[in-house]
Amino acid sequence: MTATADKATGAEAPVPTVTLTIDDVEVSVPKGTLVIRAAEQLGIDVPRFCDHPLLEPVGACRQCLVEVATPDREGNLRSMPKPQTSCTLEATPGMVVKTAATSPVADKAQEGIMEFLLMNHPLDCPVCDKGGECPLQNQAMSAGRPDTRFIDVKRVFTKPLPVSAEILLDRERCVLCQRCTRFSDEIAGDAFIALQERGAEQQIGRFDVDILDYVDDGARGAEATLAGGALTPDGTPFASYYSGNTIQICPVGALTNASYRFRARPFDLISTPGIAEHDSSCAAIRVDHRRGVVMRRQAGDDPAVNEEWITDKDRFAFQWQCAPDRLTTPLVREDGELRPASWVEALELAAEGLAAARGQGGVGVLPGGRLTLEDATAWSRFARTALGSDDVDQRARVHSEEETAFLARTVAGTGMGVTFTDLEKAPLVLLVGLEAEEEGGYLFLRLRKAVRKHGLKVMGVAPFATRGLQRLNGTLLASAPGREAEWLGAVTAQATGGLLPADLPEQEAQAITDLAAALAEPGAVILVGERLAGSAGAYTAALELAAATGARLAWVPRRVGERGGVEAGLLPGLLPGGRPLTDAVARAEVASAWGVDAASLPTTPGRDVTGILAALTDGTLGGALVGGLELADLPDPAAARAALAAAGFVVSLEVRASEVTALADVVLPVAPPVERSGAYVSWEGRVRPFPAALDSAAQPDHRVLAALAAQLDVPFEAVAELPRWTGERVEAPVEAPADLPELPAGTAVLASWHLLLDDGALQDGEPHLAGTAKVPVARLSAVTAEGIGVADGGAVTVSTDRGALTLPVTVTDMVDHVVWLPLASKGCRVHDTLGASPGDVVRLGAAAAGSDEAANGGAA
Amino acid sequence: MTTLTPVLTDTWDAEKSWSLDTYLAKGHGYEALRKALTMAPADIVTEVKTAGLRGRGGAGFPTGLKWSFLPPDDGLPRYLVVNADESEPGTCKDIPLLMASPQHLVEGVAITSFAINCHHAFIYVRGEVLHVYRRLLQAVQEAYDAGYLGKNVLGSGFDLDVTVHAGAGAYICGEETALLDSLEGRRGQPRLKPPFPAVEGLYARPTVVNNVESIASVPSIIRNGASWFASMGTERSQGMGLFSLSGHVTRPGQYEAPLGITLRELLDMAGGIREGHELKFWTPGGSSTPMFDASQLDVPLDYESVGAAKSMLGTRALQIFDETTCVVRATSRWMDFYAHESCGKCTPCREGTFWLKQILARVEAGGGVDEDIDTMVDLCGNILGRAFCALGDGATSPVTSSIQLFRDEYQAHIDHHACPFDPVKSALFEYTPKSRTGALAGAATLGGH
Repeated sequence: MTATADKATGAEAPVPTVTLTIDDVEVSVPKGTLVIRAAEQLGIDVPRFCDHPLLEPVGACRQCLVEVATPDREGNLRSMPKPQTSCTLEATPGMVVKTAATSPVADKAQEGIMEFLLMNHPLDCPVCDKGGECPLQNQAMSAGRPDTRFIDVKRVFTKPLPVSAEILLDRERCVLCQRCTRFSDEIAGDAFIALQERGAEQQIGRFDVDILDYVDDGARGAEATLAGGALTPDGTPFASYYSGNTIQICPVGALTNASYRFRARPFDLISTPGIAEHDSSCAAIRVDHRRGVVMRRQAGDDPAVNEEWITDKDRFAFQWQCAPDRLTTPLVREDGELRPASWVEALELAAEGLAAARGQGGVGVLPGGRLTLEDATAWSRFARTALGSDDVDQRARVHSEEETAFLARTVAGTGMGVTFTDLEKAPLVLLVGLEAEEEGGYLFLRLRKAVRKHGLKVMGVAPFATRGLQRLNGTLLASAPGREAEWLGAVTAQATGGLLPADLPEQEAQAITDLAAALAEPGAVILVGERLAGSAGAYTAALELAAATGARLAWVPRRVGERGGVEAGLLPGLLPGGRPLTDAVARAEVASAWGVDAASLPTTPGRDVTGILAALTDGTLGGALVGGLELADLPDPAAARAALAAAGFVVSLEVRASEVTALADVVLPVAPPVERSGAYVSWEGRVRPFPAALDSAAQPDHRVLAALAAQLDVPFEAVAELPRWTGERVEAPVEAPADLPELPAGTAVLASWHLLLDDGALQDGEPHLAGTAKVPVARLSAVTAEGIGVADGGAVTVSTDRGALTLPVTVTDMVDHVVWLPLASKGCRVHDTLGASPGDVVRLGAAAAGSDEAANGGAA
Repeated sequence: MTTLTPVLTDTWDAEKSWSLDTYLAKGHGYEALRKALTMAPADIVTEVKTAGLRGRGGAGFPTGLKWSFLPPDDGLPRYLVVNADESEPGTCKDIPLLMASPQHLVEGVAITSFAINCHHAFIYVRGEVLHVYRRLLQAVQEAYDAGYLGKNVLGSGFDLDVTVHAGAGAYICGEETALLDSLEGRRGQPRLKPPFPAVEGLYARPTVVNNVESIASVPSIIRNGASWFASMGTERSQGMGLFSLSGHVTRPGQYEAPLGITLRELLDMAGGIREGHELKFWTPGGSSTPMFDASQLDVPLDYESVGAAKSMLGTRALQIFDETTCVVRATSRWMDFYAHESCGKCTPCREGTFWLKQILARVEAGGGVDEDIDTMVDLCGNILGRAFCALGDGATSPVTSSIQLFRDEYQAHIDHHACPFDPVKSALFEYTPKSRTGALAGAATLGGH
C-alpha cells in the first residue's frame, strides 16, 4: 500500500540522475532518459522519423544513429562496435555520445540512412501537403546528400489508398516509421491500420478482406461507420475518433486529409492558437488560415491538458463557422418575413420588444451551452439586470432541479478541481452517466494513458460496456438508465458499514465491495456526466458516495460552454461564482459589481428550460432571448418549437440560421469562435483563453448584449472581478431514486447518449468527417431481442405516441429490457422523433424484415 | 587427419531411422534423459557449460551460459523455444536431422526443459518443410506415448508439454525475437532488445531460444560426459558439428565432424570438386558469411579460425562453387533472396537490399556503370551495423566479400556489357536460363555507358 500512499500525497521519490557527455558537452538527465531526449536538452539536433516522445521507442527508421562509448568496470571508455539508435538507448553514467556534429561515423551513418529513405520516396515535394513542414524534407537538407546515386527503378504503389473517409494514404511517400500504427495501438487503442507485406513491399494498410481467407461472418467487435470501409480480422471497422492525429505526426506526406489535400501550402498559412469548441476537454488547437479562410486545424501542444492529441471532431469540424447559412447582418421580422436590417434598427426593435415582453410577464433567457466565459457572464448579467429575470438556463439537454442544485452547490465557483494530471495519478476512476470517448473527447485518451502507464482502474456505471470502456480495460457496473442512484447508494451503504441487499447476485456484491474499497483509496475520482440529470437521485447519490468514501468528484459536461456558464450563473437561482440568488449578501456583491441597485435584481429563483418553455407557451412569459441553441437538442423539441412560436417576442443571437432564427422577431448575428477572442472553461475548471484567428467585423455575444443594454439604458461597463464567494452555498440536492417503471410486454427502458460524431450542427459542412461517424443501431440484449422476436442484424422499431424509429439491431451483452439508441445521430434523433428521453419507457417491435430503411441504418 | 565423428548422424543409415524404436535400439535413446532426471538441474547446466557447447545456429554463443542467464525461478512459466526455422541459403543441417532422427531433438528438449525448469517447450519449424513438420509431430507424439513427455516424465514428477509450431514462411522468423513474436501470433519482426528473451521472451516470460542442433547435442553430452564432448574440436570450439557440403562437389551431404576440420579434409571425404573442375569460391557458413576462395582451404572450421579469416563459421553450410560459376550471378541471386526476405522493419535492410538487388541484376545483365561497384561497397557499409538485426548485416556479406575477391569479374561485366559466363555450364542438371521479369526485365539497358 506504500506506493498508493505515495501516489496520494503526490510526493514522488526523487528520480536519480545520470550524467553523460554528448558532443563534448556534459548533461545530467533523469535515469531512464533516452539519449535522443538528452541531446534535445542540449539543443543538439539528431534527425529522426520513428521517434516520438509520446510513443514507445521502436528503432525502425535508424536515422538517429550516433556513436557511443561507455565506461567498462574499470572505468575505461569502450566504444560500441556499431553506431546506436539514440531513440532506443537509455543514457548511462559516463556515457560519451557523438552525434553527426562531432562524429564522422555517425554523420556517414545518418547520410546513408537518409539516402535509403529518399531512394524510393517520390520527388513530389512541390505538390505534397507536407512540403514546407516536412521532417523528411528538412532533414534531407541537413543530413542528406546533395545528389542521388540511385539510377534504378523506384517502387510504386497505387495511390491514394483511402484508409477511411477522411484519411487518404500515399504509400509511396511513406517511410514506414510506424508512428501512425503505434499511435492507433498505443494511444487510441482502436484497430485502424497496420503494417502489411514485407521488404520493400512493406506498407501501411487497412485490413483487406480479399486476403488471408477472411470470412465476414457478420460478427462485429464494434460499430460500422457510415462511409463503410474495410474490417479488421475481428470484424472491427477501421474507424477511430482520433485518426487525424496520425496525419499530424506523420513525418512525411503519406497520410493526408481528404478535405485539406492539395489545398494549401504550409508556408502560406498563418497559424493562430485556439481552443477546440467541441467538448469540455477544451483541447489546445492551432488554427491554420490563409487569406481569411481556415484551411485546417492541428493539435496544439499542451502537456497539462491534451498533450499533442485532439479528436477528429476538434480537428476537422470547423466548416460550420463559415457555412453558407452564416448570418452576416441583423434580421428583423416585417409582415411575417425576416429581412436584413441595420444594427441600429435591429437593436432598437430588439430593445423595444424585450422591454415590452418584460412588462408582459418577463423574458425567458436561453443562452445555450457553447458560450465563452465572457459571453456567459454577459448573458447572466443581461438577464438579471436588463431583463430583471432569473428565468435563465443554459442547458440545451435533459436537465433537472436536482442538477441545478448539484451544480450550484458543488461545481460553481470551486475553481480548478480534479485535473487531467490527477486522473493520471488516480488509482481508480468511476464513470457515472459519462462515456469518456463519446462525450469527453480527448478525456478518453488521458484515461487510457493512465490505464496503460500508471495502472489506473476504470469502472463505469452504464447499461453495457462500450468499446470505449473496453479499451480502458474498464469494469462495467451494469445499470439500466435511471437506476444509477441505486448502484451508487449501495456502494455508499457498503462504505459506511451498511448492509447490502441479501438478494444481490454475488458478482454484483463483490463489485460493490471492491468499488467501495477502491474509492476510499487516496486520489480516487468519481466523474459524473450531465446525463445524470435524467436519473432521479443520481447526483444526490454521487455526492453521498463521495462524502462516504472521500473520493473526489468532478462533473464533466459535454458542451464546451457549460462549465463556464455554471461559473457565470446561467442557471436559475445561481449568480456568478456560486452565489445563491436567494442570499442577500450575494445579491449585494453582484449588484455592486454590475453597477445596479441590489433591489433591482430578482430575488426568487426563476424557471429552468422546461419552465421557461411552458411559460412562453401559456403566455406567462412575454418573450424570449435565445442564444446558440438547437431546438432539436432539447428534451422535447416539439414543445420548444411551439413555445417559441407562441412567444410574444423572440430575439435570437446566432452564428448561423437555425430553427430559432426562423421563429425570431429580431436576429442579431454573432461571431463564431474563430472570429473572436475569448476563453472557455474546461471540465477541470481551467480557464482556456484563445485569440481571434481571423480578422472579422462579427461581434461576440457580449458586445451585442452590451449594445442591447445600452439601448435599454442599463449599465454594462466592464467591472472589477467578483471576489471568491465564501458565504453560504445553495443547499445540496436531496432526491430519491424514481420508482421502478412498469414494463408491459413489448416495452423497454430507453438508454441513449450522444456519439462524438453525430448530427450536431457543429459538424456541418464536413462530409469526410461525417463518413467516419458510426452507423446508428439499436442495441438490445439477447433476452430483450428474443422477447420481441428480432435477431442480430434484424430491424427493430422503437416507438412512442409521438413517433417511431426503425433501426438495425445489434444484440449486445447488456442489461435486459433496455434499448439503446444514439441520441442525435443522422437518422436517429431520439428527442425529436420520439419526444422521449433516456429512462423513459418506449415500445419495441420487430420491424418488417428487409426494410430498406433499416438496412441503410436509419429512419427518415 | 581428422575423421568423422557421427553422433547425431550415427543412426541415419538404419531402417526407419526416424522412429523412436530405432532411436532406442541403436542410438542409446533416452538414456541421457533417465540420467538427467537423477541429476540436479543446476548440474545439467554446469555439465553443458563445461562441455563447451556453443550455439549451433550460427552465432556460437555458449549454450550453458545462455541458460544460466535466466532470472531466478519465480514459480511462474519459463519457456524453451527451439529455433527450427532453418532458411538461410545453403544451410541444410537441421532439416535433414529432423527428417532422419528427430528423437535427438525431442530428448534434448526434455533434458533442457528439466535443466531450466520449463514445463512447456516450443519447436518453431520452418513452414515450408511440411514433411519435416509432420515427422516432428509424429516424433513428439511417440515420445508422449512412451512417457518421455507429458505428465510425470518417466515417473520423475516432472511435467513437460511440447508444442510443435509451423511458421508461415519468413526468413526473419529465424531471428530469435521475430520468432517469438511470430510464435505469439504477431507479425514476425525483430523486437527491441533489451529486454532480452532470457528476461522477457515468449509471452514476456523468461525464455531460452536455442538452435535444433544445439539442443539435439545435449543428450550426448549428458550421456557421455562433458569431457567426452570437449575432447572433440579445438580448444575454444569444442565438440562435433554437422558440415553440410553442397554445390559443385562430388558427394554432397552431411558430414558430422569435430569443429576445426578443414574444407580440404572434407572435400577429400566428399570425393573432391566435381570431375574436371576446380574450386572457385565457397561459403563457410551459409550465404550470410563472407565467401572464401581456394586460399582458405586449410582454415580450420572453428569459430575462432574462421573469424580470424574475416568470415564466420555460421551454420557450417559449405556451398562449393567451381570455376564455371559467375560470382556476380551467384551474389545477385542471393541478394534476390535477401530483398525478398527483408522484413521491412528497418530502413537500411529494406531499402538497401532493394537497391543492391537492382544494381546486381543490372551489372549481371550488362547494364552496369563504372560507379556501381563502389556504390555497392558503400551501400553495404551503410547497411552493415546500421540495421535493426543481424539479418541486414548478413545481406551485405556476399556482396562485399565477392567484390573483394572478384572485383575484376565485376568490372568485366561492366566493361563488356555482358556476363562472360554460360550459366548452363555451372548447372548440375538440365537447365535453360530464364530471363528476368518485372522491374528487372530491362536491367541491361538501364545503366550503360
